[in-house]
Amino acid sequence: MSSSETVSQPAAGVHAGHQVDVRDFHNRARAAIHNPKIRQNFRKAMDGLMAKRTAAFEGWDLEALRDLGANIRLRALANLPDLLEQLEQKLTANGIRVHWAVDGDEACQIVRDICVARGAKRVIKGKSMVSEEMELNHYLEARGIEALESDLGEYIVQLADETPSHIIMPAIHKNTAEISELMHEKTGTDLSNDVEYLTASARQQLREKFMNADVGVSGVNFAVAETGTLCLVENEGNGRMTTTVPPCHIAVTGIEKVVPRLEDVTALLALLTRSATGQHITTYFNMISGPRKEDELDGPEEVHLVLVDNGRSSIYQDDQLLDTLRCIRCGACMNHCPVYTRVGGHTYGTTYPGPIGKILMPHLIGLDEGRHLPTASSLCGACGEVCPVRIPIPDLLVRLRQESVDGDKLHPARVPGHGAKRGRAEAMIWKGWSWMHSRPGAYRFGTGLAARFHKLQPGQLGAWTRFRTAPKLAPKTLHEQLKERNR
Amino acid sequence: MSAKETILNRLRHRAGGQLTAPAVDFSVLQRPDWTTAEKLDLFEKAIESVHGEVHRVTADGWIDRLAEILQSRGARNLLISGQHDLGTRLREAGRDDLPDLLVYDEPVSSWQPTLFNEVDAAITSTRGGIAETGSLILWPTVAEPRLMSLVPPIHIAVLQASELYATFHQAMLAQNWAAGMPTNALLISGPSKTADIEQTLAYGVHGPKELIVLVIE
Repeated sequence: MSSSETVSQPAAGVHAGHQVDVRDFHNRARAAIHNPKIRQNFRKAMDGLMAKRTAAFEGWDLEALRDLGANIRLRALANLPDLLEQLEQKLTANGIRVHWAVDGDEACQIVRDICVARGAKRVIKGKSMVSEEMELNHYLEARGIEALESDLGEYIVQLADETPSHIIMPAIHKNTAEISELMHEKTGTDLSNDVEYLTASARQQLREKFMNADVGVSGVNFAVAETGTLCLVENEGNGRMTTTVPPCHIAVTGIEKVVPRLEDVTALLALLTRSATGQHITTYFNMISGPRKEDELDGPEEVHLVLVDNGRSSIYQDDQLLDTLRCIRCGACMNHCPVYTRVGGHTYGTTYPGPIGKILMPHLIGLDEGRHLPTASSLCGACGEVCPVRIPIPDLLVRLRQESVDGDKLHPARVPGHGAKRGRAEAMIWKGWSWMHSRPGAYRFGTGLAARFHKLQPGQLGAWTRFRTAPKLAPKTLHEQLKERNR
Repeated sequence: MSAKETILNRLRHRAGGQLTAPAVDFSVLQRPDWTTAEKLDLFEKAIESVHGEVHRVTADGWIDRLAEILQSRGARNLLISGQHDLGTRLREAGRDDLPDLLVYDEPVSSWQPTLFNEVDAAITSTRGGIAETGSLILWPTVAEPRLMSLVPPIHIAVLQASELYATFHQAMLAQNWAAGMPTNALLISGPSKTADIEQTLAYGVHGPKELIVLVIE
C-alpha cells in the first residue's frame, strides 16, 4: 500500500474546508501516515501536551473536578431554552444586541448585515471555531469585506490558505522553517528560524490592522445567563484587541455555550486551560458584559452576539447524543487520540478534527458525507478518559456506527444521512446470523456444516488478511468437542 | 417563524422529554485558609512561572522602585490614569527620575496612533489577585481604561497584598461579582504570549511583553 504515488500526493486536506471531500478520508490518512513531517510535528506536540496536562492536574482531585464540570454542563443543557432567553434578556439590558441563526449561512448573513449597516470593509477576527464552522471568512470575502485572522496560528493558517489542523493550536502541522518561508513569501519578513523575530513581525503587521479594523469578530468560551457576560479565554491578547479596539464587536457562539451562573465559569475555566495546554490559567480571561458606556474612553460602541444553532437543536433531541453538547472545546481528546496523533487534523477534512469532530461533525454534515468519521477510531477509550466534562466519546462513536447502518431498533436513528453505510449483502448476512443463532437446531446444523467443510475456507479474506492471518475454522464444533470430552 | 422561535421551539419540545438538572458541588475548588504571607508566596511563584515579575514594596517606597524599573528598561514615558489615585500621586510626586508621564484622559480615537506606537509603559491598579493561579483581577474603569493594560509593551500593576484571594472562585464570591458586572472584567496572568510556532514560547505577541507587579505589603 505504500506505493510512491500515494506518498507523493500533496499533504492531506490543505485547502479551505468547503473544498475538501470528507469522504476521501482514507486517501488522506494514507498520505499523512507516509508524510514524516506531519508525523513528527504532531507526535512532538501531542506528547508534550499530554505530559503538561498530567502535570497541571497534580494535587487536584481530578475526578471530583470532572464531575463538577460535567454536572455544570448537564445542568446548563437541562435548562437550555430558559437560559438562552435569560441570556438574551440580560445581554439586551446591558446594551448588547442578540441575534439568532438557525444555520451557518444565516449567521454569516447576520454578520454581513451588521457590517453593511456600519459601512464596514475590514473585519479583524479573534479565534473562533464557530466562525470556521460557518466559513465566515470566505462568505465575507466573496462579498467584498476583508476578514483577517489575528490569532498567530490562525494568521499563519490563513496566509497559507489552509484550515486549522487543531482547535487550540491551528498551525501545529507546520514547523518553524515552513512558517518562516510562508511569512517571507506572503509578508516580506526575513527568512529566520528565530521564533521571537517571527512573532514580533506578526505583532507589527497586525497592530496596523487592529487600528484600521471596522469590526472585530470573536468567539465565546462561556456565555453567562445570570449576568449577561461573554467570556473569552486566550494567551495572546488578540482576543482583547479584537473586542476592544474596533468600534464594533460581533461575538459568535453555538447555542450550547451558555451556563446559568457566573460561578460556573470558575470550574470550567480550571478544567479548560489545564486540559487544553496544561496551563493553570491562560494569560487573559476576558469577561465582556456590555458596549462602551458614555463616559468610558475605549472599547467598542456596539456589541452583538450571534447565537448559532447549526444542527445543535437536533442533537439536543436525543438523550445519548445530547452529551456531545457538553463539550468545552479543550482539544484534550485529540491530544490523546492515537489516530489523530498519526494522521493529523487535516486528514479528517472537517472543521472539528479528532474524537470530538468524529462525534460532532456527522450531525453537521450528515452520516453520508461523514461516513468514515465514527470508524476512524480504535475505541481505545483515551478520549473519554481525559474529557474534562466526561463526554462518553467511545459510546457515542459506537452509537454513530450503528446509525450509519441503521443498526439498532432500540434507538430510532436521528442523525441526518443515517443508514448511509447499510449494504444489502451485509444486512443479509447479519439477518441470517441472527436467524441461525436464535434456533438451536439450525445453529448445530450450520456449525456442523462449516466444520465438515473447513478445508474449503479461503486463505485470504480481503482487507482483513492484509496484515493478519485468517482465523481458521475448527474441524469439529465446540459442541462436538465437549461431547467427546465428557464421554 | 423567526430563527429564535424555531430554535426555542425545537429545544422546548424535546423528543426525549424534559431533562433533569444534576446537583453541582463546588467543594473541590476549596483551598486551605492560607495566610496573606502564604498567599503572596503562592501568587509570586505562580506568576513568575509564566514570566511575570513581582516586586514587594511598601506604601511609601513603591514610587522609588517604579522609577528604578522604568530606568532599567529605558522607558521614555509612562501612561497613567487621569483620575485614579495612582495617577494623581505620581503626578504630585514631582520626581525627576520618572520618565514623561502621559495621562489617559481622552477617548482613544483622538490619540490611537500615539498609544499604539509611542507609549512604552503603563501603570494600573488592580482589584485584587489570585494566589493559586498567579492572576491579577482588573476591572477597567473610566479612570483606568481597558487599553492601558493591553497596548503598551510594559504593563505595571499595583496589587495590595491584603487583597489576595486563594482562588478565582473565592474572589468572585467575596466581591459578589454576580450582583453586577462591569463593561469589562479581566484576569491577567503574565505577559501576552504564544506557542503557535512549533510550540516555542514567545512573549509580547499582541499585548505587553512584560508584566511587572508591585505588591504593596
